[in-house]
Amino acid sequence: MNYIIQILPGILSGLKYTLGVFFITLVGSIPLGILVSLGLRSPYFSIRWILNAYIWVMRGTPLLLQLIFIYYGLSMVGITFPRFEAAVIAFIINYAAYLAEIFRGGLQAIPEGQYDAAKVLGFSRRQTFFKIILPQVVKIVVPSFGNEAVNLVKDTSLIYVIGLGDILRAGNIAASRDVTLIPYLLVGILYLAMTGLVTLLLRRYETRLSVWR
Amino acid sequence: MLEIKSLTKSYGDNLIFQDLDLQVHQGEVLSIVGPSGIGKTTLLKIMTGIEPADSGDIFIDGQLVNQEGRDLQNKIGLIFQDFNLFPNYTVMGNITLAPINVNKLSAAKSQKEARSLLTTLGMADKADLYPYQLSGGQKQRVAIARALAMKPQIIAYDEPTSGLDEVSTGQVAEVIKTLKDQGVTQVVITHDQPFAEEISDRVFDFAKEVARV
Repeated sequence: MNYIIQILPGILSGLKYTLGVFFITLVGSIPLGILVSLGLRSPYFSIRWILNAYIWVMRGTPLLLQLIFIYYGLSMVGITFPRFEAAVIAFIINYAAYLAEIFRGGLQAIPEGQYDAAKVLGFSRRQTFFKIILPQVVKIVVPSFGNEAVNLVKDTSLIYVIGLGDILRAGNIAASRDVTLIPYLLVGILYLAMTGLVTLLLRRYETRLSVWR
Repeated sequence: MLEIKSLTKSYGDNLIFQDLDLQVHQGEVLSIVGPSGIGKTTLLKIMTGIEPADSGDIFIDGQLVNQEGRDLQNKIGLIFQDFNLFPNYTVMGNITLAPINVNKLSAAKSQKEARSLLTTLGMADKADLYPYQLSGGQKQRVAIARALAMKPQIIAYDEPTSGLDEVSTGQVAEVIKTLKDQGVTQVVITHDQPFAEEISDRVFDFAKEVARV
């Protein structure tokens, strides 16, 4: 117990990177994902082609490779980012691609009649999207979104490869220094707590949305 | 008051109708009858501004309407065959959303108007329900209230009796007569001949009047 109290501050100090990447990625990838999903329905073939290629690359290669590419790879051609910024950029463009696919599915599920009804009543395209379409899309995508949010909590552990001291890296250092598995268990419990909290919050949100169908 | 002159519409090579002329007079109930698939709904979509015709003109009170623009929106209210209520809003929300956001009416004023519309339609106790909690006939009356709340010059119905039982059909007929007594101009698309004869001042036989090629 004493040992846990002794190493806990070190591990918790890694939380600022873990949580930082988590929240900034959510805030950045949700609007970007919505924009991309709207772009996928563009009448212009070239826009759809570019966005499909983007999604294919982001989903078809490992996030670990994308992280390494943006931090180490780009620096070899003179484009350098600080570690944290590199991590956040990689995560946002990767998660936006996954979210775009989820939002696209949600958008496709909205019947054409909703747009027709909005048009006859005189709503602008903007009002139609934000007041009528988006709330229905949100309800449809919350379960799949929850999946991605839980994945994101765990994926933040990848940032250790570019030298960021998140909780996994902090635990790893403590474990090899003191030759014990306790730090690993502690880190595992922290991830469980975070994913548990994310799951709980999204379940509550789902329940709140279930007043209408 | 509404005058349609030599309207032509086709989808690709499929000609729907050609050189269609139609007048709707102030305060009358006009039924448009004809077999399904003949283009009655397409005509409604053009009349309500959901999509433009290939050629031909629409005049409201002698004024030429720009079919590509928003001239027709709010002039003609439409009760869709499957109602197209917004599932994420209550009955009250469905009725007041357009008056508040499009006509910039205050929430209090639009709710007051909505309550009086609901009372007229015998739905005063349903204001806080969501669409999924309503029967088909009730949904239809909400759709009528939603259209009336925008104070259109004409109310158009697409197959208002399809999917309704005899009692509900009788109620729709009552609603149409009540509105007629209040001076509301109405256009009813239907293939229910007895219903058309019961409610309308004039019947427009789509099959006979439309020159098909």
